[in-house]
Amino acid sequence: MTREIALTVNGRERRASAMPRMTLVDFLRDALALTGTHIGCEHGVCGACSILLDGVAVRSCLIFAVQADGHEVTTVEGLAGPGGGIGDLQDAFWECHAMQCGYCTPGMLVAGHALLAENPEPATEDIREAISGNLCRCTGYTQIVEAIALCAAKRRGEDGR
Amino acid sequence: MKAAEFDYVRADSVAAASAALAAAGPGEEHRIIAGGQTLVPLMAMRLARPTLLVDIDGIDGLDGIEASDDAVAIGAMTRQRTAELSPTVRDRLPLLAKALGFVGHLQTRNRGTVGGSLAHGDPAAEIPLVAVALDAELEAEGRAGRRTYPAAAFFEAPMATAIAADECLVEARFPAWNGARIGTGFQEVASRKGDFAIVAAAAQLALDGGGRCARIAAALGGVAPIPVRIPALEDALSGSRLEDGEIEAALGSVEAAIEPDDDLHATAAYRGRVARVLLGRAIREARAEALA
Repeated sequence: MTREIALTVNGRERRASAMPRMTLVDFLRDALALTGTHIGCEHGVCGACSILLDGVAVRSCLIFAVQADGHEVTTVEGLAGPGGGIGDLQDAFWECHAMQCGYCTPGMLVAGHALLAENPEPATEDIREAISGNLCRCTGYTQIVEAIALCAAKRRGEDGR
Repeated sequence: MKAAEFDYVRADSVAAASAALAAAGPGEEHRIIAGGQTLVPLMAMRLARPTLLVDIDGIDGLDGIEASDDAVAIGAMTRQRTAELSPTVRDRLPLLAKALGFVGHLQTRNRGTVGGSLAHGDPAAEIPLVAVALDAELEAEGRAGRRTYPAAAFFEAPMATAIAADECLVEARFPAWNGARIGTGFQEVASRKGDFAIVAAAAQLALDGGGRCARIAAALGGVAPIPVRIPALEDALSGSRLEDGEIEAALGSVEAAIEPDDDLHATAAYRGRVARVLLGRAIREARAEALA
């Protein structure tokens, strides 16, 4: 019952087989060895598995890999900066200490990335709304909000802090 | 938290989807998957165990938002986020635009569909509540052709609708009220933002030239097996000046119109009290908007 699935992940054509019951996050981690995307609750509540599907932020535990056949996926690995170093949003997370255990971080980065792509000047309320579907069990939300605001400010050429 | 085994097919037309649904043998369950934002968690928790998923995502013409003089038609596969951001929806169906902001989170609204929420029929879900409040018409297509269900006859019980086993919901038509002085209100209480509502209240009203209520629709979710209208309240407030005292008196008819249940989120008594308070707030919110 396995299917051949072909999709574009972080700009590269990837192919692997999977049973229809395999979620996209399991497929990314187990079949494609992209372990940056984390698995938290597996039923769409925590946001740790957030990715971009055809450019929009979604939860990869709420999509079966077969549904993504032929589509385009960006994972947290795809948010790296030029040359493979950390990207500017990741750098802002580092600067603001926007992570403690790090479990929610990939999902937070994807949520923040999606917000900034849509809204380059988000108000604090917009940032809170954008990450409201992502749980941080260390409860370090304040620094995450600051980091996203800092990245937005730097992209606008402002000092930010 | 992994779904049980199932088979999967992508339908390239509604007719193909309908045929695949109808092909279920004894002991098999064939189900449509649209956005999957409710179905996949149910499958992960093994509360749903379909044997075949029929994916309708790739069918041409199932998404889109089209306005006519007195209605807005929303294709079943239209993503909730697309509808939420649509200028047509904001302009012509402000009640639905407000309600969509309460549906899950951005990431689930990016994937979840308007039709999927309607077809799932959760008694606390926001989109079915608006469909009942506005008397939407839900169009389904099966082997026998197309059929239109009024929202009032579509929802039958929690997670159960009148749709036939071989039918696929293709479009929801929401009546758009025309006129200058129209206001809407949507209120909800949930454990956390984005969770299913414990209680949700929707109100839409129109004022006449003299400031009296010419027309009002009021409905509640989470307090009965299906979303419910409160006709006695609508009758009492039609023609009134919508003064606080009149609204308060009309809210007395809420209790008889609902059948709240206890569950692990809230008691029936709490739901009943919250329903009355939220509907009052929704009506006052709509009144303020109509007067603005």
